[in-house]
Amino acid sequence: MSIDLKTIKHISKLSRISVDENKAEKLAGDLNSIFEFIEKLNELNTGNVEPLTSVAETTLKLRSDKVKSKNLREQIIKNSPQENEDYFVVPKVIE
Amino acid sequence: MSHITKQSLSELIKNIKDKKLSSTEVTKAFVERSEKSKELNAYVTEDFSAAIDKAKRFDQKPNLDLKLPGIPMAVKDLFCTKNIKTTAGSKILNNFIPTYESTVTQNIWNEGAILLGKLNCDEFAMGSSNETSFFGNVQNPIDKDLVPGGSSGGSSSAVAAQLTPITIGTDTGGSIRQPASFTGIVGLKPTYGSCSRYGIVAFASSLDQAGPMAQNVKDCALLHEVISSYDEKDSTSIDFKRNNYSKELTNNIKGKKIGIPKEYRVDGMPKEIEDLWKKGIDYVKDCGAEIIDISLPHTNYALPTYYIVAPAEASSNLARYDGVKYGFRADGENLIDMYEKTRSEGFGAEVQRRIMIGTYVLSSGYYDAYYLKAQKVRKLIKNDFDEAYKKVDAILTPSTPSSAFKIGEKTNDPVSMYLNDIFTVPVNLAGLPGISIPAGHDAKGYPLGLQIIGKAFDEQNLLNIAYAMEEKINFKNKITDWWIK
Repeated sequence: MSIDLKTIKHISKLSRISVDENKAEKLAGDLNSIFEFIEKLNELNTGNVEPLTSVAETTLKLRSDKVKSKNLREQIIKNSPQENEDYFVVPKVIE
Repeated sequence: MSHITKQSLSELIKNIKDKKLSSTEVTKAFVERSEKSKELNAYVTEDFSAAIDKAKRFDQKPNLDLKLPGIPMAVKDLFCTKNIKTTAGSKILNNFIPTYESTVTQNIWNEGAILLGKLNCDEFAMGSSNETSFFGNVQNPIDKDLVPGGSSGGSSSAVAAQLTPITIGTDTGGSIRQPASFTGIVGLKPTYGSCSRYGIVAFASSLDQAGPMAQNVKDCALLHEVISSYDEKDSTSIDFKRNNYSKELTNNIKGKKIGIPKEYRVDGMPKEIEDLWKKGIDYVKDCGAEIIDISLPHTNYALPTYYIVAPAEASSNLARYDGVKYGFRADGENLIDMYEKTRSEGFGAEVQRRIMIGTYVLSSGYYDAYYLKAQKVRKLIKNDFDEAYKKVDAILTPSTPSSAFKIGEKTNDPVSMYLNDIFTVPVNLAGLPGISIPAGHDAKGYPLGLQIIGKAFDEQNLLNIAYAMEEKINFKNKITDWWIK
């Protein structure tokens, strides 16, 4: 398997990370060597194996559906790069 | 009395309780040494004057019943600290000031400890040498231009250099144990679910665990006792009976069965690591434990599994950094352009690489071939340990396949960097506790560590074995203070 520049462009779009030509070439090289290493898993037959989704073999605890923290608006907005009263601000999305 | 910064945590606590030292004296001593140690680059954020103020307040009304009475300590910059900048070693969080405190650090302050500052680490804990940090390399106090390991590299450097008596790190694939091994200190990765992940900047949620780093096993046990707690704010926190690990610590490990996995004898492993392992086996035998050969047949598949599972979870966790809610924002022509530029300029190369891998293995058409496959192999790896623990109480291995390497030596080859974690990664995949203890030196005089892997929730037994071995090994770290002018 080989990851080409077209695939890199596709992944970059999915992950919302802009990639220029130089960076794409370097990434393709790195990712190919990493995937070569990962391909080792294909040596194993895992047809009948159940996938492990959690190492913690406990059932999730239930809790009562009560509001515990209130009035966090100010705290939540505090670290936003651009704020306007009670809202997060983003570049214009509607023409 | 030896110089304050040379004292272990246990000695400092005793001296504070006996009123031979005040918290202010202790805090000032560590601040002074930290200030002389800028060349190590261990700190990202210093909070020294606030620390001295807090120490003075402690001394006015000392509560000596606490477990960490007036003890100053710095923590890895992956733990959110209320009103104190928390960066995760990344440009994207360089202006982030949490409005809440992580559970683990809150547990520490509740027992009387005082924050000295935030310690450098690999960006989002992704690295094995602290070279991916936005805030630059950290020097290993053992030798100039030597990496301190990673990702908890600022933490390992600061404890070994005596800038803090103890610290906490996080371990996703070896990030506590490998840097502990590289700097000649003790580092424990607890069982998954033992320490709350609430308020820790997330990397790979099914693998991440916080844990203590210290100069000796007893200090490590005490700090673990403080940080381990059930927390309803973390849905994977586990409600089990926790021990008073430091009080129950014993060096009596007679009759314990210690497994030696043949698969950890990897190709190209330096002879000095092999010799160290043999010496370790002799030490546990001397303590009256029994050695049993075991097999963990899927060991060789652990790293490839990890490099699917961890990036997959990371790509999902790091989706939150979008330049909208917090952190760095780059200007863009429109919303999508803003996202893409923010993430491209805000994340470093290794983080971008892992997000890309994770996105790819989770993407349509590849999920079954990679992610699902990796989860199945992860099950086989866990089964190996379950099988082994029918015969043994704990497992002894080297911590790393080599001693610390030079800064820049492995940065151009991601796979060779990943191989550093070959002995530590299986432990995270299986959710088990593991501890690295310093056990000897290589020909260059650099420290080497041995790892003990325990059964889930069996930290007491793990710490006991480490404690017994530590006594036999009688390790002395070779710190020359080369960085202090």
